Amino acid sequence: MSLLEVKNLSVEFDTPDGPVRAVQDVSFSLGEQKTLAIVGESGSGKSQTAFSIMGLLASNGRVTGSVKFDGTEILNASEKVMNTYRAAQIAMIFQDPMTSLNPFVRVSKQMAEVLMLHKGLSKTDAIKDSIRMLDAVKIPDPARRVHMYPHEFSGGMRQRVMIAMSLLCHPRLVIADEPTTALDVTVQAQIMDLLSDLQNDFGMSIVLITHDLGVVKGSCENTLVLYGGRVMETGPTSELFAEPTHPYTRGLLHAVPRLESNEAKLATIPGNPPNMQHPPKGCAFSPRCGSANDRCVATKPELDWFSADRSRACHLSQEELV
Amino acid sequence: MNSTETLLTVDDVKVYFKYGGTGLAKKKEQKYIKAVDGISFDIKRGETLGIVGESGCGKSTLARAVIRMVPAHSGRVLWMGQDLLELDGNSMRDQRKDLQMIFQDPLASLNPRMTLGQIIAEPLKTHFPKMPRSEIRAKVAAMMARVGLLPNMVNRYPHEFSGGQCQRIGIARALILEPKLIICDEPVSALDVSIQAQVINLLMDLQKEMNLSLMFIAHDLSVVKHISTRVMVLYLGNVVELAESEAIYQNPLHPYTRALIAAVPDLDKPAPADRASLMVDGELPSPLTPPSGCPFRTRCPIAQDICSVDKPKLNTSFNGHCVACHFHGVDQRDN
Amino acid sequence: MSDTAIAAPDGHVETPTKGRSLWQDARRRFLQNRAAVISLFVLGLVCLVAVLGPFLAAWSNEEVDWSVLGDIATLGAPSFENGHYFGVDELGRDLFARVVQGTQVSLMVGIVGSLIAVTFGTLYGATAGYVGGRTDNIMMRLVDILMSIPYMFVLILLLVVFGRSMWLMFVGVGLISWLEMSRIVRGQTLALKSKEYVEAALAIGVKHHVIVIRHIIPNLLGVIVIYATLLVPQMILTESFISFLGLGVQEPNTSWGALISEGASTLQYGTYWQLFFPLAFFIVTLFCFFFIGDGLRDALDPKDR
Repeated sequence: MSLLEVKNLSVEFDTPDGPVRAVQDVSFSLGEQKTLAIVGESGSGKSQTAFSIMGLLASNGRVTGSVKFDGTEILNASEKVMNTYRAAQIAMIFQDPMTSLNPFVRVSKQMAEVLMLHKGLSKTDAIKDSIRMLDAVKIPDPARRVHMYPHEFSGGMRQRVMIAMSLLCHPRLVIADEPTTALDVTVQAQIMDLLSDLQNDFGMSIVLITHDLGVVKGSCENTLVLYGGRVMETGPTSELFAEPTHPYTRGLLHAVPRLESNEAKLATIPGNPPNMQHPPKGCAFSPRCGSANDRCVATKPELDWFSADRSRACHLSQEELV
Repeated sequence: MNSTETLLTVDDVKVYFKYGGTGLAKKKEQKYIKAVDGISFDIKRGETLGIVGESGCGKSTLARAVIRMVPAHSGRVLWMGQDLLELDGNSMRDQRKDLQMIFQDPLASLNPRMTLGQIIAEPLKTHFPKMPRSEIRAKVAAMMARVGLLPNMVNRYPHEFSGGQCQRIGIARALILEPKLIICDEPVSALDVSIQAQVINLLMDLQKEMNLSLMFIAHDLSVVKHISTRVMVLYLGNVVELAESEAIYQNPLHPYTRALIAAVPDLDKPAPADRASLMVDGELPSPLTPPSGCPFRTRCPIAQDICSVDKPKLNTSFNGHCVACHFHGVDQRDN
Repeated sequence: MSDTAIAAPDGHVETPTKGRSLWQDARRRFLQNRAAVISLFVLGLVCLVAVLGPFLAAWSNEEVDWSVLGDIATLGAPSFENGHYFGVDELGRDLFARVVQGTQVSLMVGIVGSLIAVTFGTLYGATAGYVGGRTDNIMMRLVDILMSIPYMFVLILLLVVFGRSMWLMFVGVGLISWLEMSRIVRGQTLALKSKEYVEAALAIGVKHHVIVIRHIIPNLLGVIVIYATLLVPQMILTESFISFLGLGVQEPNTSWGALISEGASTLQYGTYWQLFFPLAFFIVTLFCFFFIGDGLRDALDPKDR
């Protein structure tokens, strides 16, 4: 049985300009010790998907569908129930560690609090555990650094602290929302390597939310591509990158500038991301798709499982694509 | 036009920021952060100089010092024969016609209370106050069409546009005076991948059309490689390598450049086996307490004793390929 | 919906579409705030009374009604028959006319006082914040020094020394209240100065004073408007307090504060209307300003909620 089972997840926000459907009918499942990448551009609904799993949606958001964690339904569960899952079973890593760490409280206290609350440890034990965890995320001299304030760490170190904190209770699932976006390239690579090392040591599953295809490539078994709040394509990462079947995935992969390429012009996807206030009637990608026909503009394509582990949402067959 | 004409020569520019001891503290206690520690380069007409480095390496400060948005501590900036750093306010303002800038955050660089038309027209109104309105309107419309903005958008406000469109507005504003040099400060870092490519292609097209020189700053090597004629790699306010774009990628001489290249994940091939050995540990040291000798030695995989004593000079090795490393002659990957 | 133009497929519209400015957004949010809209309406009524009142009143504010003077507690009560809608005061003068007159004075003090404060405070604060450095230091320390003076005491002294005059009061109140305004504006200017669009304007070569006028002030307006609406009731309160002490406007002129003071002192004779009507106007107006200020804040800074 899979650890996380998401079915027909939809998220809608009430705004002064009317309801906005940020996520529509997203389904996926994630096995134990597996990594799933959710890839999408801004406004694709990738972060809202993560927030709705954690029960952290903004107050004007409504979510429908089903999220089963280890067989138990947790979508729209009460705050009390969710609190027993958060940190203990499901942990989250955010893009900007500085916003999720309290700048006025020492790291030792912030980490120990989690352990005291969820595992009922004494303060000394909790701090000992915290130091061990900081050591696991390769922070040098953890016994001394645990007593520092968040701002005394550099950007990459802060993200390590954040990761250590999320792993304190040995959660079975970690949701990482753009964990490397705020970091420099050399540090990005370090953090991604660290995450995969930790996965081997602690055996947790990871949902990696990112816009960066390069990050996905090296670290995730499966990939799900979101666009305009809908799933465009899913599959094992290596296959999906080698043979993308959806015009959006193809366009996205081509648009990434390569070090090797000597072509004068970069391949692009024309147009702009959809305005979610007024989404296209048919396929969300149809206004930017080179192969779109009348059917694409009129009706939304269903997700089609064309092999055991791959699916795509496109009216056109692969041969029909330009 | 002579394509090898040198437009801009930057000579040993230093930008120091004071820190600590503000207000009542004694002069003696004042310390300096060396944000830019003696950088020299030149830009020829029609070429693109890419500037790469991690955040805090001084790349944005350098760009701003060149156009006097931050004061330089010392050095010279020769712009078509005259030293920009010595001009008075009014003469400098006149020069800005030819020196424009594109910013990182497309939305933040547009005044939220102004319409798209007003934003793009602002440079014209500033430098040609007597230009008739009809002419301004015609020029704005032409420029909007050129950067791919539709004419019916002219009365809209920045918050009604997506990031990519906002960056097009920023580009239109920078180009409307037909400048000679554009400083692009990470113009695509805040954009989605599919939009990044659009903006880069647009910049390259415009460059060809208008014979522009670009100073293109980025932290992303793959982007810079694509657009640049030459690439300059900065580390902690110093140039560590400067060479033709191809040479930097085919034959990177500085260990830091190699690490930067190794850090870019390759989408087409599995990661090379030696990737780990090229990667660097740790992070940029604090500019408050820079390392002695070579600034990169604390993270360098090939650092020796000499690196902590002597700061390596930027030497030209061949074909104008400059590198600042004591061991640049040796290819360490074979060892 | 207001922004259907955005939904229209780009390129199909040949005529320029009207953009939706931040002001229009703010207006829409403001109009959704019921308390603020009602307050605005009520405040309009109060202003209307101040303007049209003299034409509605059957009596002038200086005329003494000798027919009721003998027994004010019973004959002087509010009544439509003798034209004293709000009754009369202890000197037999028509209270409606007096309240209309007091409303004019109090609103004027509030509005003129805050106009002085807003204009001067904005210019001072924006200059200090934009120029920065030593100039900023000197200018703001001066504000600190002025702020540390107990201004109510000084104002009362001034009024005692130079005699009671409405203009002295305007100037006195206005000159003191700009201090806080300048601090707020300076802080906001510091934040705006580091915005990329100001940097962009500098890179274009726009002159400094044009940057302040074109890029800084329009983006400060939200804060200024909010603060100004909250300043008006403060001004009215200050004036009322001083008038209550008997140092404010001079007879036969009056203001809410003076009327409330009179009403309170004659309460023992059973002329409750003398206190009730001015107090009602006073409280309703203050509440209106506070609700409007609140509505404006929500409308102009939606992120803060």
